Amino acid sequence: MKWDPRIEEMPVEEQKRHQYRLLKTLVCRLYAFSPFYRDRMKEAKVHPDDLRSLADVQKLPCMFKRDLRDNYPDGLFTASQEELVRYHVSSGTTGKPTVVGYTAPDLDHWTTSLARGLSSCGLGRGDVIQVSYGYGLFTGGLGLHYGAERIGATVLPSSVGNTERQIELMQDLHSTAIACTPSYLLHMGEVAEKMGVSIKDDTDLKVGILGAEPWSERMRDHMQQWLGIRAYNIYGTSELSGPMFTDCTEQQGIHIWSDLALIEVLDPETGEALPSGEKGELTITMLQKEALPMIRYRIGDITSMDESICACGRTHPRIDRIQGRVDDMLIIRGINVFPSQIEHALLSIPEVGQHFMIIVDRKNNLDTLLLQVELQSGAFSDKINDLMAIRRKVEYRLKNALNVAAEVELVEPGSLPRFEGKSKRVIDRRVL
Amino acid sequence: MDQKQYIIRQISIFSENRPGRLAAIAYALEEEKVNIFAFSIAEASGFGVVRALVDHPDRAYTRLTGLGFNVAFTEVIAVAMRDEPGGLYDIATLLGDAGINIEYSYAYSGRDGAVLIIRVDRVDQAIEAILAGKKELLQAKAFS
Repeated sequence: MKWDPRIEEMPVEEQKRHQYRLLKTLVCRLYAFSPFYRDRMKEAKVHPDDLRSLADVQKLPCMFKRDLRDNYPDGLFTASQEELVRYHVSSGTTGKPTVVGYTAPDLDHWTTSLARGLSSCGLGRGDVIQVSYGYGLFTGGLGLHYGAERIGATVLPSSVGNTERQIELMQDLHSTAIACTPSYLLHMGEVAEKMGVSIKDDTDLKVGILGAEPWSERMRDHMQQWLGIRAYNIYGTSELSGPMFTDCTEQQGIHIWSDLALIEVLDPETGEALPSGEKGELTITMLQKEALPMIRYRIGDITSMDESICACGRTHPRIDRIQGRVDDMLIIRGINVFPSQIEHALLSIPEVGQHFMIIVDRKNNLDTLLLQVELQSGAFSDKINDLMAIRRKVEYRLKNALNVAAEVELVEPGSLPRFEGKSKRVIDRRVL
Repeated sequence: MDQKQYIIRQISIFSENRPGRLAAIAYALEEEKVNIFAFSIAEASGFGVVRALVDHPDRAYTRLTGLGFNVAFTEVIAVAMRDEPGGLYDIATLLGDAGINIEYSYAYSGRDGAVLIIRVDRVDQAIEAILAGKKELLQAKAFS
């Protein structure tokens, strides 16, 4: 079922005209009212009058994650605090997180986007959607919550953790869909089996809305067979609002609603726009956001675009599942982690040096993060307790900085690799 | 009474918990012709602390730090023990009765009998209690 057939089946030419109008309006507004955007455009020697067609979007300067960091917390907001109805906070690259503010219409667009997506996965009134994304500063929980309520489904806001209880509730309240990270659903499947519960045979679960971390077609096939569900991909980042876009029942790519987002795929090196089908860096302009508009935001995710019309009849462009990153960002249990955040956190801990290695693995389908740091000679005492305290201190500081628990291993000074030029501090052993 | 004569410098070495680390330490000491009287390994998850009484602690320190090891000196005392049932009990009781806590301890049995090496929280009181209990403390010079 289509949530809004008029929009979702809109002919491509009409979509483009609509996008051009939205883009021109947005750019004029930002040029008039936002010093940041006006300065950026002047630097790039581009004026709103230069936008004469949709293709002229390529004249506009791009935005990067560092722009959000440099303007922490709200320097890029184009709405005043009184107009905001919500904040969410996600990882930044160093020290400071990324703060996203929402006006009421921003929340409405986010929710509408998910209402279309969840409907395209066959969900609606009568479904019980278990939202097992984290609620709170993270966008996953509340985003899916509002989207699921909008389509008239019954929401079970179970958030993350306490897996056995989640499985009991899934059985007792007859959840028909679950929204969580793919690795958490795999973990849940295993915990269920240990409890003597087969998700396939002993629950009503039929749909998984899975995202916030990379996964693969192999994992999709495995989950569909093993758990007896249809597994759908969901995509989004907090800068866009949160998780926003999903596969449809065709499972042939993620529909990006063109009235909300204008997507380009750029060559990450040159910034040149790439044609449909070619892999590059996903770049998004959010056409209707009020509080934190993003113009040509280089997300850092690598994918390709498909502008052909989907078999489901929806005419909006689709993107392939995310193939990787242009930078060294890691996703640990659905949370973005930048090695630069770790580097920054270590600066304030003189007991350990600044050399480190990160080892990422997956145990029982849950991501593990191991950080090796060198114990500095001045910090060594004969006492095991002192050493354990140093380790706990590093673990505590990292947890605060990353929002993800890391295990810390103290190693001998000089034992970690030194890098000249580009460092390779991450060993990722996960197999997707 | 000069209690300093009974205070022995132990070297402690931070070591990762993986094959070959003890061998690396032992090899360095051999090269420096440093003899080990006694040693122990305290293990925590992922790392350990090697503690040793050696005849030339400064030489050992210089060599091991030169190799990049984290090394620290710690003060311990060594008590001669009867090498028969009850020997440990005698000493542990003395310290316990004096309210002195043992942080860690290890022992060896040498040519001249058994020796208990202990690290305590209050070393001066421990020396007093042991001497008052008519037990023999080894002097630091016995280890050089």
